Amino acid sequence: MIDRDQPALLQVSDLSRYYGGQVGCADVSFDLHPGEVLGVVGESGSGKTTLLKCISGLLPPSAGTVQFDTRVDGPRDIYELSEPERRMLMRTDWGIVFQNPRDGLRMNVSAGANVGERLMAVGARNYGEIRSAAVDWLSKVEMDLGRIDHLPATFSGGMQQRLQIARNLVTQPRLVFMDEPTSGLDVSVQARLLDLVRGLVRQLDIACVVVTHDLGVARLLSHRLMVMRGGSVVEHGLTDQVLDDPQHPYTQLLVSSILPV
Amino acid sequence: MPQANPLTDDAQDMIRVEGLCKSFTLHNQGGVRIPVLENVSLTVKRGECLVLAGASGAGKSTLLRSIHANYLAQAGRILVRHDGDWVDLVGAPPHLVLDVRERTLGHVSQFLRVIPRIGALELVAQPLLSRGFDQAAARKRAEEMLERLAIPETLWSLPPATFSGGEQQRVNIAMTFARDYPILLLDEPTASLDADNRRAVIDLIVEARDRGVAIAGIFHDAFVRDAVGTRTYTVDSARKAA
Amino acid sequence: MMEGITEMEQPETLSGYNFAYLDEQTKRMIRRATLKAVAIPGYQVPFGSREMPLPYGWGTGGIQVTASIIGVEDTLKVIDQGADDTTNAVNIRRFFAKTAGVATTEKTAEASIIQTRHRIPEEQLRADQIIVYQVPQPEPLRFIEPREAETRKMHALSEYGIMHVGLYEEIAHYGRITQGYNYPVQVNDRYIMAPSPIPKFDNPKMDNMPALQLFGAGREKRIYAVPPHTKVKSLDFEDHPFTIESWEQACALCGSEESYLDEVITDDRGSRLFVCSDSDYCRTRREAGHQGSGLPVPGEPDTTSTDTAGEAS
Repeated sequence: MIDRDQPALLQVSDLSRYYGGQVGCADVSFDLHPGEVLGVVGESGSGKTTLLKCISGLLPPSAGTVQFDTRVDGPRDIYELSEPERRMLMRTDWGIVFQNPRDGLRMNVSAGANVGERLMAVGARNYGEIRSAAVDWLSKVEMDLGRIDHLPATFSGGMQQRLQIARNLVTQPRLVFMDEPTSGLDVSVQARLLDLVRGLVRQLDIACVVVTHDLGVARLLSHRLMVMRGGSVVEHGLTDQVLDDPQHPYTQLLVSSILPV
Repeated sequence: MPQANPLTDDAQDMIRVEGLCKSFTLHNQGGVRIPVLENVSLTVKRGECLVLAGASGAGKSTLLRSIHANYLAQAGRILVRHDGDWVDLVGAPPHLVLDVRERTLGHVSQFLRVIPRIGALELVAQPLLSRGFDQAAARKRAEEMLERLAIPETLWSLPPATFSGGEQQRVNIAMTFARDYPILLLDEPTASLDADNRRAVIDLIVEARDRGVAIAGIFHDAFVRDAVGTRTYTVDSARKAA
Repeated sequence: MMEGITEMEQPETLSGYNFAYLDEQTKRMIRRATLKAVAIPGYQVPFGSREMPLPYGWGTGGIQVTASIIGVEDTLKVIDQGADDTTNAVNIRRFFAKTAGVATTEKTAEASIIQTRHRIPEEQLRADQIIVYQVPQPEPLRFIEPREAETRKMHALSEYGIMHVGLYEEIAHYGRITQGYNYPVQVNDRYIMAPSPIPKFDNPKMDNMPALQLFGAGREKRIYAVPPHTKVKSLDFEDHPFTIESWEQACALCGSEESYLDEVITDDRGSRLFVCSDSDYCRTRREAGHQGSGLPVPGEPDTTSTDTAGEAS
C-alpha cells in the first residue's frame, strides 16, 4: 500500500552524467515513494543503465543530487555520505539485482552462505538462525531447499537470479534496484521470475527501480514508467497511462512496435 | 431505497469533471490529431449510478478511462473525493493517483489483464490483505465473491488465462467488488455474460449503489442499464462538433 | 657461511656484517613498522622486507623482526613446531649466534626473545619476554577475497561478515568448524587477524598474554602485533562455540595431560607414541620427576609371528 503521507524515499533532482562530451543521462528528476515500482524503459544507448548506476550509488553523477530517506538521519544526499556509510546502506537498506547474476553473487560459496552473508555482515552470530533465515528466503524465492549447500556455479540462470534476489532481500531493504532482471532467461523462466518479483515487492512493500528494455516486463512489474531516449526522459507517468495513451512520438513508436502474441 | 436527496447536496459529490478535453495525436501517422472529448463536465454522487450513453465511438470509454487516469487529459479537471478531500487527478503526483486508485476509485475494465500463474482465488484475495483482512478472512471473502459470480470451485486455483471471456470478466468483477470502494467505474461489466450471470452482476451493482457507492458506467445492454442506472449522461463526440 | 660450525658454540660475529645481519637503517624502519603495529593491535603494517640469506617460506619475516629488536643482552630461543632441535630452528638460532653473538637457549623460561614457527610454548610467557611468530599469509581474508585493495577496505571498514561466511560454510559441509590451525581471531574487538599456522589449541594463550607478540611475514611484507594483555578472541558462532583439541592419551615421556601432543608412528603396524610437541616443556617436566608410560599405543597385532618367548626389555 502506498502511503501518501510519507516523504519520498528517493528523490532524484536534475541528475546528469556525462562521459567526456558524450551524454550518459541528462536532467533526470523523479521521486519514489515506499512501495512504488518505477520502470525505466529505453532501447540500447538510452541512458537507462547510466541512470541506474548513478541513483544506486555506483557512479557519481556529473550534476544533480540523489537523496535517500535514511532510517537514522532522514533525507541524505547519498554522494555526501562517507564511503563506509554508503557501503553500509548498500548492504542493508538497499538491494541491487544485477543483470548478470555473477556480478551479484559469490560464486565460490554455497547458496545458503550467499543468502546469509548480509546477516553475518551486520552481526548475526547464531549459525542455526542464519541457516533458518537462508532456508526461509530460499523457499520464498521458490528454490529447491536441497540445494542450499550447493555452489551457485551449478545453478541455472533463472536459479542464480532467484538466489540474487534472496541474497538482497534478506536484510529487508526498502529500496531495490534491478537491472534487466530477466533478460537472458528463457521466456517461461522469465515469467516465473517476474511473478516472484511482483509478489515479493507487493508483500514486502519494497520500492523498486527496474530498468528494462521489455515493455511487457514494465507493464507487469511497475506502477510508473519513465521512457528514456538519448539520455533524456521523454515521457513519464503511470505505467498503464504511458502504455495505453502514449503522448511522446518515441513512446508511441515503442508501444506500436511490440509484436503481438 | 430512499436516500437523502442527492441531486442538490454538494457533500454527496464524489466525482466532479470540469471542462475535460481529451484528444489523441498520432505522431507516427503524420501527427494527425483526433479530438474526442471537448469541455466535458459532469458530477457523480454518492448512491447514484451514472450511465454514460452515446453513439459508438463517441468517447464513452475514453471518458471513463480519463476519469480513471488511464488516459491523460489535455485540459480540464478531474476531481475525486479521496479521504474527504478533493484530489485533481490531472496533474496529481503519481503516488497520490496510485493511492486514489488503491483505496477510492475502483475500476472494472473491459478486459482482464492476465497475470501468469496466479490462480483466480488468489487474484481476488491478494489485494484484500493490504486492506486489513488476514489470510483467512481474505480467502473467505474471495470465495464468497467467486461463488456469487458462479465461478466453479474447480477453477479457483487456476490462472484465468485459460478461462472463457465470460469467466474472465466475472473474475474481474469479483476482484473489484470484493473490496469496498467508495467510487466505481464500470466499463461494460456484463458484455460477455449470459442472463444468469448478468443478474448476479446487476445485483452486485445495485447493492453497492444502495450502500452509497458512487458509480459511473457504460452499459450497452438496455436491460442492465434500466436495472442499475439512476441518471444518464450522454457523451457527444467532439469530432461531430468539429 | 654456516658450514663446519657445531651447535652451541659462541663464535665471534662474522666480520663484514652488521650486528644481527640487517643494517641499522633497516632495523629502524622495521622498528617503526613494529611500533605502529603495536599501536594498532592486529593491523597489518606494510614494511620493506629485505632480501635475507634464506628463501621466502623459511621464516624471513620472523627473522627480520627478531633482528630488529635483538640486543647484546638478549637470550634467544628458536622453536619450530615446538621443537628446538629441528633443522630450521637450529639454523635460525645459529644465524643469530653468528651475526649477533647473543646467548641462545632451549629453555623457555630463560629466553628474552622467542622466535617460533607454528607453536606457542606451553609455559606461560612473562611480561619481560617477546614472542616473534613466523607468518606465511598475514591476510585472514585472502581465502575468500583475492584483491588486496578490497581486503584493505574491508579491514578499514570492519566489513568482516565474510569471515563468518567461511565458518558457516564449514559447518554446513562438515557439521562443525574444521579449521584446525591458523584459526582467525579478532584482536581488541577490532581487527581480524591471522595468528599464523599455530594449532587452534594455542589460540587461547594469545588472549591477555603478558608478553608482547610480534608477527612477521617476509614474503608478504607485513608486520603486525598484539600488545601485552590484549583481548584476542577466536571467531565462532554462538551455537558453535570455539573449542580446542584434546587427546585421550597423555605424553608418553612426561605424562602431561595438558600439552599439545605430537603423534609419532613407531612401527609398520601403526603403533603410535604421543609426545609433547613442546620439547623444552617435556624435558623440564621429566627433570622435575614426571614420567610417562613410555609405551606406544599398539597398532594391529602381528598374527604371523611365531615367537612365543616373552623377553624382558
